[in-house]
Amino acid sequence: MNHTSTAERMLRGILLTLVLLFFLFPIFWIFLMSFQTNEDILRIPPSPFFTPTLENYIALISGKLSTVAGDLDIAFMRNLWNSVLLSSLSVGVALILGVPAAYAFARFKFRLGENIAFTLLSFRFAPPLLVLLPLSLYFSELGLSDTYLGLVWVYQLIALPLILWIVRGYFEDISPDIENAYRIDGHSWAKTFRKIAIPLARPGIAAASLLAFIFCWNNFVFALVLASADKQPVTVGALAFVTASGIQYGQVASAIVLSVTPTLLLALYAQRYLVEGLSLGAVKG
Amino acid sequence: MANQTPEHATGSRPEVALHLNAVDKFYGDPSNPVVHAVKSFSMAVAQGEIVALLGSSGCGKTSTLRMIAGFETVSRGEINLAGRRIDSLPPAKRNVAMAFEGYSLYPPLTVRDNIAFALKAAKLDQNEVKRKVDHITALLEIESILDKYPSSLSGGQQQRASLARALIRKADLYLLDEPMSQLEPQLRSVLRGRIKNYLIEHGLTSVFVTHDQTEANALADRIAVMEDGVLQQIASPAELKDRPANLFVATFIGEPPMNVFPARLSVNGGHMQVSVEGTETANGFSVDLGQIALSANSALQDGAPVHLGVRPHSVAIGKGENLGILVSNQWLGDQTHVVIETAGQTMVAVSYSRVEEELGAKIAFSIPARAVHIFAEDDGRALLHGAEAVG
Repeated sequence: MNHTSTAERMLRGILLTLVLLFFLFPIFWIFLMSFQTNEDILRIPPSPFFTPTLENYIALISGKLSTVAGDLDIAFMRNLWNSVLLSSLSVGVALILGVPAAYAFARFKFRLGENIAFTLLSFRFAPPLLVLLPLSLYFSELGLSDTYLGLVWVYQLIALPLILWIVRGYFEDISPDIENAYRIDGHSWAKTFRKIAIPLARPGIAAASLLAFIFCWNNFVFALVLASADKQPVTVGALAFVTASGIQYGQVASAIVLSVTPTLLLALYAQRYLVEGLSLGAVKG
Repeated sequence: MANQTPEHATGSRPEVALHLNAVDKFYGDPSNPVVHAVKSFSMAVAQGEIVALLGSSGCGKTSTLRMIAGFETVSRGEINLAGRRIDSLPPAKRNVAMAFEGYSLYPPLTVRDNIAFALKAAKLDQNEVKRKVDHITALLEIESILDKYPSSLSGGQQQRASLARALIRKADLYLLDEPMSQLEPQLRSVLRGRIKNYLIEHGLTSVFVTHDQTEANALADRIAVMEDGVLQQIASPAELKDRPANLFVATFIGEPPMNVFPARLSVNGGHMQVSVEGTETANGFSVDLGQIALSANSALQDGAPVHLGVRPHSVAIGKGENLGILVSNQWLGDQTHVVIETAGQTMVAVSYSRVEEELGAKIAFSIPARAVHIFAEDDGRALLHGAEAVG
């Protein structure tokens, strides 16, 4: 028995290692690349041994990219800031609109309710390109092209359905009698929503916000079409490293490391919070 | 429908506290409702009175309670409480306390904080809060769980905590939704008495929903029996048993349920007899009701088809002129339930002594005139109760 268990444990260990390698190796390799010059990266055969350099990071942060063809201005830090701004604003707006809507869908039966909820969800099925062309026409007409407002608005296509559907599920899991008890104790509907419903759905709201933030952060095509360099996030900004004199792999890698870091930190932070929320908020008893 | 004032509510404060006037509840589109859950429900509850809404599931009792609480809108009709019309007020403005059947405690608060919640919100003095919490939790035997969180409680504990939270605060009306459904039977019977005393002691007007007759009988001054959204009868437990308003109430109240036979009246110069016809294989039987004053009730005509009802406890076994066949005989420790086949159907009878006859044997039984209930054949309304018609 001991023998079987050891073999099992070893097998499990090997499999886990393989899975981890498969998923983590590219990230690890990118991380290494970000400290190499283009020559080191393009060496054949590739080698993990090299003299580390901070050149890539310095180029990104200073905004000056030196290539054989000459110096280029890159707006990477600006792009990073745009990403943070666009994603946070989008999630913020989606929360303000989506959480009350999710509550309404969870608690009240109204005409066309299910249809409206499904229509919102269907925005997630449609490829963004389907709406982009008409949107870009509307946006230039309305003067929303190349504005933060316009982008945050379009990002609602990504963030709002996520928040609405995840948070709705959480609200549905809360016994309405918990809210009823609070209401009959002399509290208004609005106060019940604020003091009882939202705190009880907090783990769900946190999870949905995190997902929505990551999805917004990773979006590429909306900003590519609807914004100019000035308003573009990192996903689009990375295109600048495809230069006339070749692809700047070192800078691309360090740009990836820098742009992944905020979401990674946020996810790590929220994960702790999510687990806590899930284990404490045993609503169903 | 008889209105009887509860003993403890007479004299001091007999005025009406809660009044429901022709209340209807439709679910779905009002113009084309899917369900008509409550139909023209009217009821007056006196100050300090305890009323039970009793009925099987889906009869509309919970909808009625939730309309009083304000969780459901009133589709038609009005509700008045303590002299105010409340049916369009939000729950917060109705000054009603409610104990819930299911999960209703605030998860982030301990049981103690849950119970004291309304008192603290009302800025009551801390010592006073503590005194009240101690009192009510001792009454409901939940002192040991005061510092626990709702998620770690059993259903019965949650229910008692919810009950404590409702009873502790001041309100014009106390609504209890199946207040003891999740408790152990023993605890239930103990708490029934205590809760009733508490309600009477503090003069609390209350309406509670139950599907348990024993609970309704033990707790309530009056019981409102509901079926299919309609209030069938509201009366004291004794009255429901002795003078059921119709066939539904007659067969719903009482355990085992009332025996009902199709029968025919014969009236001869004020002398009335009700007969149940026999079949080819079984004898019928009849009950002589003697002289009955018939002036008012025209439905009691000679030859009129009716339903005859008799409670199992009132059938006398082993004596009398009628014969049936004993088909089942169960001694339950303190009483015997026998099933007698007569007039082509079965009749349940309860005796407090053992019945020695063999199964399949002929057994004599008699039905006292005082125990007879007569109902109209068409709509089942009560036409005559032997106990009051027979001298």
